[in-house]
Amino acid sequence: MPDIVLIGINHKTAPVEIRECIAFSGDESITALQTLRRLPNIKEALLFSTCNRVELLVVTNNKSHTISTTKNFIAEFNKIPLDQFHDALYVHEGDEAVRHVFRVAASLDSMVVGEPQILGQIKDAYRMATEIKSSGVILNRLLHRTFFVAKRIRTETGIGDHAVSISYAAVELGRKIFGELAGKAVLLVGAGEMAELAVEHLIRNKASEIYVANRTFENGVELAKRFNGQAIRFEEITNFLEFTDIIISSTGSPEFVITRDQVKTVIRKRRNRPIFFIDIAVPRDIDPGVNRLSNAYVYDIDDLQGVVDDNLEDRQQEAVKGERIVDEAVIGFRKWYASLEVVPTIIALRKKMEAIAAAEVQKTLQSHKIPADSAAAVQKMTGSLINKILHDPTVFLKKDGMAEDKSLHVDTIRKLFNLEE
Amino acid sequence: MEILIILTILFYIFSSGAYGAYLFLQKNFLQRSGYFVLAAGFLWHTASLIYSIAGTGHLPIGNLHQTLSLAGWAVAGLFLIIQFKFNLKILGIFAAPLVTLVMIIVSLLPNAPAEASNLFKNFWLISHVVAIFIGEAGFALACGLGVLYLIQENAIKTKRRRFFFRRLPSLDLLDATGYACIVVGFTLLTLGLITGFVYAKSVWGRFWSWDPKEVWSGITWLFYAALLHERITVGWRGRRSAIMAIIGFGVLLFTFLGVNFLLEGHHGEFTK
Repeated sequence: MPDIVLIGINHKTAPVEIRECIAFSGDESITALQTLRRLPNIKEALLFSTCNRVELLVVTNNKSHTISTTKNFIAEFNKIPLDQFHDALYVHEGDEAVRHVFRVAASLDSMVVGEPQILGQIKDAYRMATEIKSSGVILNRLLHRTFFVAKRIRTETGIGDHAVSISYAAVELGRKIFGELAGKAVLLVGAGEMAELAVEHLIRNKASEIYVANRTFENGVELAKRFNGQAIRFEEITNFLEFTDIIISSTGSPEFVITRDQVKTVIRKRRNRPIFFIDIAVPRDIDPGVNRLSNAYVYDIDDLQGVVDDNLEDRQQEAVKGERIVDEAVIGFRKWYASLEVVPTIIALRKKMEAIAAAEVQKTLQSHKIPADSAAAVQKMTGSLINKILHDPTVFLKKDGMAEDKSLHVDTIRKLFNLEE
Repeated sequence: MEILIILTILFYIFSSGAYGAYLFLQKNFLQRSGYFVLAAGFLWHTASLIYSIAGTGHLPIGNLHQTLSLAGWAVAGLFLIIQFKFNLKILGIFAAPLVTLVMIIVSLLPNAPAEASNLFKNFWLISHVVAIFIGEAGFALACGLGVLYLIQENAIKTKRRRFFFRRLPSLDLLDATGYACIVVGFTLLTLGLITGFVYAKSVWGRFWSWDPKEVWSGITWLFYAALLHERITVGWRGRRSAIMAIIGFGVLLFTFLGVNFLLEGHHGEFTK
């Protein structure tokens, strides 16, 4: 019976200086997988490498030997001495390896719990393994179960709910104020990665006009082009407050760019339609006093961080439900895995044949009124028929040192004869 | 008759329970069952009204027991419609306990049969009463929405986002629904007053007789008229509109109950 072994390193066990030395790029992964597969005892292999983790999943005939050769392989491939990172490596076997794969794919083991990218990355890694045929019957089954479990956890728990990035938290807040964001006008003051990301989120939520104000008008024009928006002059901000519903501010200005008095007059002109300020700048751009005006809402970077922290805490709670689903899935996989054993398969095959034979013999005996002594002969004949038929497959399965993958044949026989219970 | 009222109250209590559970557990089926149980309660309630009309031949508005019951019926019915139209799941946590409370009070009040009077068969009087009561139901829901709006607004402003922030819908939806309720309430209150005038003219020969109930109804009407006027012209919305909806409902409650107990007048004999 082959074993499933997982060797890995991640953001919890190793600092980035070590992880970046061990990480495999796309091309490196292919060479690494091809080399791994040719190592003695390794029957199947999958390599998964991101900036936060490297995981090597192998199916082997000789556990202890493979563990040490794989470790050495990682060291040699990356040209870094094993003792430098040996303590950061973790090794999981059998059920624990299966559980680890499920947890990683479901994003229960991620730095930001519930982040959705990881499943796609694992799918890519699996596709690579199938392309160079380094995965076989066990890893195929394991990975398909993994995708199923990850999807189930995402739909049945709130692990992916609520924003955990500053820019997305801003969009979520906007939805609590305006309901629909469709048709809302957005004004971006200044520039910056987080602010621009927030604008992109708003555009994806069908915000209508985008205005960009920058101290250097040319920069504003450039940025506005990217958002399909319109650049306005910095001095025009006050006028435009009347028409925009969401203002995202991110400038390097040492004093407030938008003051309370400025907004107060605008609120009346806006006929009290709500206005939402997102202040990502440090020092702040928007006078916090604006938040005290009715129908005006101001969130600064700390407030948004607070939202993110709350949401992260919620995800942790949802993760507990996810662990339960993983536990279930591990048990399910163990059942299938145990069924790959040769002896139980032969017994199951024989039982199935005997059941069919017994039923058919009885039918024949009843309908043809066969005398008792002939009946005994018929019974004996079906018995030896079963033995003859099963002889070759049994010898084949029990043969030691089979070159090909034995699990594959066991699995095929189980499928061909429909032996799944 | 009694059994119908008891069934109604039981269904309303179960509905309140389902909505209460929905508030905490956030499972959609709770909110749906709350809605359907309330609808079932509303059917029992309607049955009890029909039974009463069939028995006496007129609308049951002869005493406080009966008028309150009619008011509760109107709130339940209007809530069912508003919820269906706006899908504002959380409104039930206000409306269901409100009608439950009203009906429990109803069941505790004596139901001494009023003197059968042909007055109650008059078309104008029936229109007057029905319109006024549905209008009042609109204002009651607007008040509840105002409260929800203030809670949600406070959560967003103070940046304390735990319990209610998650559970309440957007400010915009609360505001829009509240506005719709006030429009419904105001329209029907206006209709109710007009039919009342016509009825008064036909019975007492004058449209307006400075009866305290009339005066306070006028005040209520002016209050909501001002609220709507400000909204349409200056754009009074959000917080201020929510507060006004709550105060307005306070004025309305005084008109409905306070006037009966504290002041005298020709409405008094029906509603004590």
